[in-house]
Amino acid sequence: MKTVNQMRLSFPSKSRNEAFARSAVSSFVTSLDPTLNELNDLKTAVSEAVTNCIVHGYRRQSGTIYIYASVKEDNTLTVKIRDKGVGIEDISKAMEPLFTTSPGEERAGLGFAVMQSFCDRVKVSSQVGRGTTVTLIKRIGANG
Amino acid sequence: MIKTEFENNILTAYLEGELDHDSACRIRQRIDCAARSLRPKTLCLNFEKVSFMDSSGVGLVMGRYRQMKLLGGSLKVTCVPDSIYRIFAMSGLEALGVLR
Ligand SMILES: Nc1ncnc2c1ncn2[C@@H]1O[C@H](COP(=O)(O)OP(=O)(O)OP(=O)(O)O)[C@@H](O)[C@H]1O
Ligand SMILES: [Mg+2]
Repeated sequence: MKTVNQMRLSFPSKSRNEAFARSAVSSFVTSLDPTLNELNDLKTAVSEAVTNCIVHGYRRQSGTIYIYASVKEDNTLTVKIRDKGVGIEDISKAMEPLFTTSPGEERAGLGFAVMQSFCDRVKVSSQVGRGTTVTLIKRIGANG
Repeated sequence: MIKTEFENNILTAYLEGELDHDSACRIRQRIDCAARSLRPKTLCLNFEKVSFMDSSGVGLVMGRYRQMKLLGGSLKVTCVPDSIYRIFAMSGLEALGVLR
């Protein structure tokens, strides 16, 4: 299917950029006439993925986070969120609800579960030592 | 970003705006600082004015739950908007009986 719109962003892995990243992606889809619920779900999922790059991928060291978003003719949005950080050894384990490698930092282990429940599909690819890419897929305006 | 109130041994924190990993770090410091000096019997987190929350908010609540237990008090979470309740519901926090 044809891609009708796309955008790219890159920014340093600072926690103050979490709000910027989720509102940028949310602004990108405005022309698709999303519902408030859809926007809120999207912002939440993007926030989870970006926070993971900062907290886990780069372990609070400085690095760059890359976002690529595209929209297809049928209003399907794809958002790829990528870091070049430490990577994930066991992806299926990492995606289990309540699994976290940083309980001491007050993490709940819910990020992937939230992304999965707030998007239609979530794909994760990762290589230890090379980084992680999370792909969020969400149909916008599906109920309208 | 956060107002606190202390009355009848209850410390209430009124959270406001967007609650993510960035703001949770600052909110946690404010609340823990107040709780350590006031030693409330109950810490109440009021979510009425929270417009956005991700899983960092769950971490914040679970952390305060443990903190209040250590200080010999309890935690209550009130006025949670529907959109945010969805995330709490995924977390098992309901079973702790802190959500109102
Ligand atoms: N970008 C990433 N790079 C490296 N490891 C990651 C990345 N994203 C997630 N992980 C790993 O997957 C685990 C689960 O992630 P998830 O977002 O579900 O929970 P969390 O971040 O630990 O807690 P929460 O999101 O509730 O604050 C993390 O603890 C971490 O070990
Ligand atoms: Mg996370």
